[in-house]
Amino acid sequence: MTTLTAHTESSPRTGKIRLANVIRSEWIKFWSVRSTSITLVAAGLATIALGMIFSAVAESDDVEGPAALLSDPVDIALGSIGLTEMIIGVLGVIFVAGEYSTGLIRTTFASVGRRSRVIAAKAVVIATGVFAVGLVAVTGAVAAGQALYAGSQATVAVTEVWEVVLGTTLYLTGIALIGVALGFMLRSTAGGIGTLFGTVFIGPGLLTLLPESVTDAFMKYLPSEAGSAMMSRVSDPELLSRSAGYAVFAAWVIGLLIVAGVLVNRRDA
Amino acid sequence: MIEVANLTKRYGSFTAVDDLTFAVQPGIVTGFLGPNGSGKSTTMRMILGLDAPTAGTATVGGRALSRHDRPLTSLGFLLDAGAVHPTRSAFDHLRALAVTNGIPTSRVDEVLEIVGLGEVGRRRSGGFSLGMGQRLGIAAALLGDPEVVMLDEPVNGLDPEGILWIRHLLQDLARDGRTVFVSSHLMSEMELMAEHFVIIGQGRLIEDISVDELRVMAAGEKTHVRADRLDDLVGLLRADGVDIVSDDRETVSVSGLDPGDIGAVARDNGIALTALVPEQRSLEDVFMSLTADAVQYHGAPNKVAAG
Ligand SMILES: Nc1ncnc2c1ncn2[C@@H]1O[C@H](COP(=O)(O)OP(=O)(O)OP(=O)(O)O)[C@@H](O)[C@H]1O
Ligand SMILES: [Mg+2]
Repeated sequence: MTTLTAHTESSPRTGKIRLANVIRSEWIKFWSVRSTSITLVAAGLATIALGMIFSAVAESDDVEGPAALLSDPVDIALGSIGLTEMIIGVLGVIFVAGEYSTGLIRTTFASVGRRSRVIAAKAVVIATGVFAVGLVAVTGAVAAGQALYAGSQATVAVTEVWEVVLGTTLYLTGIALIGVALGFMLRSTAGGIGTLFGTVFIGPGLLTLLPESVTDAFMKYLPSEAGSAMMSRVSDPELLSRSAGYAVFAAWVIGLLIVAGVLVNRRDA
Repeated sequence: MIEVANLTKRYGSFTAVDDLTFAVQPGIVTGFLGPNGSGKSTTMRMILGLDAPTAGTATVGGRALSRHDRPLTSLGFLLDAGAVHPTRSAFDHLRALAVTNGIPTSRVDEVLEIVGLGEVGRRRSGGFSLGMGQRLGIAAALLGDPEVVMLDEPVNGLDPEGILWIRHLLQDLARDGRTVFVSSHLMSEMELMAEHFVIIGQGRLIEDISVDELRVMAAGEKTHVRADRLDDLVGLLRADGVDIVSDDRETVSVSGLDPGDIGAVARDNGIALTALVPEQRSLEDVFMSLTADAVQYHGAPNKVAAG
């Protein structure tokens, strides 16, 4: 009992599946298909390229007067981030729903056994990829943008810029995770993307049509508005504080992933 | 061994699998037969832990598959050969599957060789023919070198050579002492492959039967008869429990009487028999009649113009 059992670890045929196994599998899946790998890299490159273009345009226009004071060079450099968010959100949906559309998800679930492990592994893989690419892209856009256009304001404090970069990168990461959660919940690319746009990207805009007293009360708790609080350099009275923004946004992401887990475990695959 | 006990699956008010009980034994190939929509795939999904049974249990080696430490090393399966991302290579597809169960990547190359996809393993699987896709699905089933292999309609889309290949492969696996469970809706595909059959219709068990027992059933109850005074003979043969229908103008088929009895009646009445052919039905025929009441989707009967 004491000496023999020590060797069983090394056998590949024994022992339980670890989360690390499933993460490796999902990592291979993510990077072995163009629709996910190229999309992520392209979104990163586009963010930098568009940031440079916007900054260069701002520099050549070099508006005088009040308008110039309003143009924050960091905001300009990240002018395309709304587009990046959408691509990243869609990426999250596709990573999951694509597996439902081929039927591969059944193979995955039956091979792994515990479905929540599959959700966790997909979340880890996409969060890692989006955070890494996002950090490079956002930093690159801001750095290149500032080199091209410094604006008329005094130089922006470095710590403030880092807060924007980190907030933006984490927001992108969270949006990808919301996409993953919606993919598991709706099991279809069209349904997942539609819901993502309806609730995160377009829905909040429509809410502004409601009376102001209503929107003021809960608008700021929506994922997109909590995200704005995470990403903004200056505090905005219409938004939550930065730390409250992080908390509310994290609650959305974690909450949606938990709902996805409950549904996936309860439903037939 | 796969064991299914009182397995039932309802979708709303529709019962897809109805109180199924059977066991699939190691060492032989077992065919899982039933017409379209009879519940074969649903049963397999429950064995895989994908669909939750409404009642009953399905176990592999005594435990639910999801309770196995490394499911792929206990049971290898093919559900749907199309369940592959078209732009992913066969190699990457199998590698992603292998690592979940801690199966070394060297095994991926091995199974690609076994199924004859060694040359094309690095190519995107979307370009594969139907037969190549089927082979990839079988490769996935073999990854974990499992004790139990379960394949849903693996012969679909294979050419005769492919069918022969899969027959030998499955028989070799069975000879190794493994449990092999293969579904089909065509007896003709299975009769040379399987030694035992689980036959279902409308979700219910119809027969759990060896191929030898099935061949006994195939010995028909009917005898085709031709005679010079056929009408007279038919009149003489009529009795309770005897059923006579005419096949065509010169032939009748008689059930409920031995060929010998028919011959004796003809001799005693001086009627010359020109044909006395006991029916030997094909296994496909036996299967069709066993499941006739349970066929869910009847085609419209062929209409032939009366002239
Ligand atoms: N998720 C579901 N919801 C509702 N009905 C279902 C579902 N899955 C299967 N069914 C029904 O259950 C019945 C059995 O289907 P199943 O796919 O198991 O049959 P099968 O024997 O595999 O048929 P085939 O030979 O055509 O593959 C069918 O009538 C099918 O329509
Ligand atoms: Mg089927």
